[in-house]
Amino acid sequence: MLTDVSGWAMATVVVLGVLAVAAGVAVFVVDSMARATFALLGSFLAVAGVLVAFDLVYLAVVTALMMTIEMAIMAVFMIAFMMNPAGLMPMTMVHNTKGSAVVGAGAFVVLTAGIWTVDWPARSGQLPADSTRQLGEAIMGSHMLVMLGIGIALFATILAGTVLATARGRYDRFGADLTAARPDDPVPGGLPR
Amino acid sequence: MPEQTLAETWGLAPAVLGVVVVGLFLGLVVAGIDRAVVSGAPGSAVEPVRSSARLLVEQRRITLAPDRLLWRLGCAAVPILALLSLAVVPIGGRTLWSTSADLVWFNAMEALLWAAVWLVGWGPNAFHALTGGYRFLAQGLAYELPLMFALITAGLAAGSLRTTDVLAAQQDLWLVVTMPVAFLVFVAGAAAFAFWGPLAAPAAVDIAGGVTSELSGVDRLLVQAGRAVFLGASAAMAAALFLGGDAGPWLPGPVWHLLKTLAVVAALVWVGRRLPVLRPDRTVEVGWMVLVPLTLVQALVVAVLVQEGFYA
Repeated sequence: MLTDVSGWAMATVVVLGVLAVAAGVAVFVVDSMARATFALLGSFLAVAGVLVAFDLVYLAVVTALMMTIEMAIMAVFMIAFMMNPAGLMPMTMVHNTKGSAVVGAGAFVVLTAGIWTVDWPARSGQLPADSTRQLGEAIMGSHMLVMLGIGIALFATILAGTVLATARGRYDRFGADLTAARPDDPVPGGLPR
Repeated sequence: MPEQTLAETWGLAPAVLGVVVVGLFLGLVVAGIDRAVVSGAPGSAVEPVRSSARLLVEQRRITLAPDRLLWRLGCAAVPILALLSLAVVPIGGRTLWSTSADLVWFNAMEALLWAAVWLVGWGPNAFHALTGGYRFLAQGLAYELPLMFALITAGLAAGSLRTTDVLAAQQDLWLVVTMPVAFLVFVAGAAAFAFWGPLAAPAAVDIAGGVTSELSGVDRLLVQAGRAVFLGASAAMAAALFLGGDAGPWLPGPVWHLLKTLAVVAALVWVGRRLPVLRPDRTVEVGWMVLVPLTLVQALVVAVLVQEGFYA
């Protein structure tokens, strides 16, 4: 599998791999939630670079796209709700320092050993001319049911999360008997209501 | 590979240099037209060059306990990402690099720009800058999906996410004819991501300049140039995806593309500068409640047309 990749691509993968791990370590070293978030983003971007080196451009850019959006939103909530309010106090991502270091290093060793010792299957068939099209056909064809299931599950999770998190329901907006002509919202918004 | 990329035609280093020059040119054009429209004097179009030179030698303002690393990172990332988004915009019918996911690349650069601008707001450890950063985060999130759908709609009609394929699909009919909503949303989304015109709330006067309030010297130049280059790149992309790119009679292709890009820039500036800066809660709600459903319906219409063999 790895032998299909040219020397330059391999070197890129190694450098970016080290970078990804280093940025991942930085998440737990820095003392600011903003820095931790963007160190994690850096790690994800390095992984996206690895995917580019493997010529999986669609997966690479989607990884970069999704992770950037995710990290930026995460920064808001982490800074607002976690132990680094407004970034004013030094924080750490680690609790139980020694234990978590042991667990982290142990997991890294197990995973790395597994990756290098597992007898990976050889590629069957040819490299596709267009990996994006192949991926699209897989998602929209043989794996359609799975993707639909995941989509609905994720959507349900978002709705449930919002319902659980919001302090204001329709009775707050439209009154106890839901008869108000205009909802009573704290933020006016941009649409006529 | 259906066509050669710029990097293959010119060699990598000259191609990259060429794209950077085109990007800076587009940025200067956007800033120049903007200045001329705002001041009403056509002669002031050279003002951006003068102020850029002044910013280059200006001393940096220092705030109390800034997050220097993230601040500098954000400021440098804004123009770099704007130029990177130009890598998949066709210049003379070719892109700097061509993959099967060009449109997603463009979108990813926008998302990264979004995160970078938040860093510009976060970095100086100042109230107004941070407020602007959070405004931009909300605005970018609301306009990210409509923009994504607008891009995908163009790719849907062409049956490919490669920019040059989208160009090739418009030899007979410009895509804007069947997807006017996607075109308008794309341009509006670009303005939102450059926090420009009526969508400039993240850098508005009511918060003393917002994300740009603590910027000075080279940092200010980088961010302002990045905004202008991104607007120019988006105009070039809009011309390529929806207005047929270099398709046109008599004149050579690149000239047509340039003319269309200039037309988009002029329209953007002319309309954008006649609208007031809108309150962020207004623009965000419009993004979620109006533009997302509109672009979905637009994508549905185009999907039905594709099924009917309209674009074949």
